[in-house]
Amino acid sequence: MTINNEFILEIVRLVLYAVGLIAFAAFNAAYLSLLERKIPSWFQLRYGPKEVGWWGLLQPVADGLKLLTKQLLVQRGADVVLFKLAPVMVVIPAIMCLATIPFSETIVARNLNLGLLVIFSFSAIHVIGTMLGGWASYNKYASIAAARVVAQNIAYEIPLLLVMVALVMVTHSFNLHTIVDQQAGGFWHWNVLRLSASPLMPVAFIIYFICMLAESNRAPFDMVEAESELIAGAFTEYSGMGFGLFFIAEYANIVVGCALGTILFLGGWHCPFNLLPGLHWFLIKMYFLCFTVIWVRWSFPRTQFYGLLNLSWKVLIPVALAHLMITAIMLKLV
Amino acid sequence: MWNYFKLIATGSWSLCVGMWIVLLHAFRRPVTVQYPYESVKLPARYRGHIELKRDAATGQPKCIACMACQRACPSGCIDLDGIKPEGSTRKVLTRYKLNFTTCSLCGLCVESCAFDALQFSKDYNLASVRKEDYQMDLLTPQEKKP
Repeated sequence: MTINNEFILEIVRLVLYAVGLIAFAAFNAAYLSLLERKIPSWFQLRYGPKEVGWWGLLQPVADGLKLLTKQLLVQRGADVVLFKLAPVMVVIPAIMCLATIPFSETIVARNLNLGLLVIFSFSAIHVIGTMLGGWASYNKYASIAAARVVAQNIAYEIPLLLVMVALVMVTHSFNLHTIVDQQAGGFWHWNVLRLSASPLMPVAFIIYFICMLAESNRAPFDMVEAESELIAGAFTEYSGMGFGLFFIAEYANIVVGCALGTILFLGGWHCPFNLLPGLHWFLIKMYFLCFTVIWVRWSFPRTQFYGLLNLSWKVLIPVALAHLMITAIMLKLV
Repeated sequence: MWNYFKLIATGSWSLCVGMWIVLLHAFRRPVTVQYPYESVKLPARYRGHIELKRDAATGQPKCIACMACQRACPSGCIDLDGIKPEGSTRKVLTRYKLNFTTCSLCGLCVESCAFDALQFSKDYNLASVRKEDYQMDLLTPQEKKP
């Protein structure tokens, strides 16, 4: 009987976490899109949306309603199955990544021993989704974007994984909970300042951040969307909620990337001054990183494609490799 | 090799400078004018459609119907007439019509006026779907449209 009860509790827990995470992802997509319009309005001395609700707070609702009322068009010549599958393939992995992310000491859907690996496996899937979406659209702009997304994500996957390998060598764990626990006790214990492991740790964090921008196809690396060159890139032919799902996925990816950056480098839910650890510190750090993502987007113009690849192959990968080797040497010496 | 590191260093520094400048702008006041609720003060030399200057004491137009503006108008959009009342030395305006649809706001009418009776208005909130709304009768100013 007790086994039965535990089983039911486990099911309830699963359903609660699934609903909670989907709600979290959707909420973030909605309100990050509002911030995406509010924050640049401050930078550009404007007001941003302010008519719909107080401070424009109902703007995402209005946007969502608008998207829901639009017809889902599939153009002639498109591969219907892949075309309809692509947004789903983009949005599901992004939400699944959230399942292993520990928001605080106790709030985590699944505390996996290989949590970090799971996140990187799933976050690679959205590339396939975007590529299929662009390719199935039967549109030259979308096809160009599909080719770009593959080249870009392969180029930036490498430095990202090199940085992660170095980090895992230092932490001896793939478990995100363990990695955060190692960083307890003030900001000087955070991985970003763990200079005893490698003097290049702050650089590694910056490489992680740049790669995260490129992986989630954010400006200045938004070659996939590239409005001024490719209309809307891979999303050109999508209308209504098909486009809306890509939109949700983009912001869910940003949230996953920022949450992971917080966990791996910025001490997760631990306070910088060793006071009151908890969910709020995690959210503060995560949203600060989200703010930085938006800040970067509105500071820099889109790079050219060779500039994008040059940055990865000529700068990020060599530096990440150097970081990896220094970490290995220092691990052996100390 | 040295150039390679120099490039990375200068590039990173310029990115930081750029982000810092952008961040500083976030603390400035917005310059947007919330147009339907508020509008900018128009400059003194703004050229709206013309209007008749009126005598401050009597409220009557200063125009004496000399027709100089009508002759000066290259588009022929001014149509005016006046009569000379009994016992008066100057003419009094009876009709002053402006066809604003063909007016190009060149201002020759204002320049040609020797009696300082014409000026540019500051009325720029003009929008209508009917041509008749721009057949303006300047003598009896129309009600301002909402």
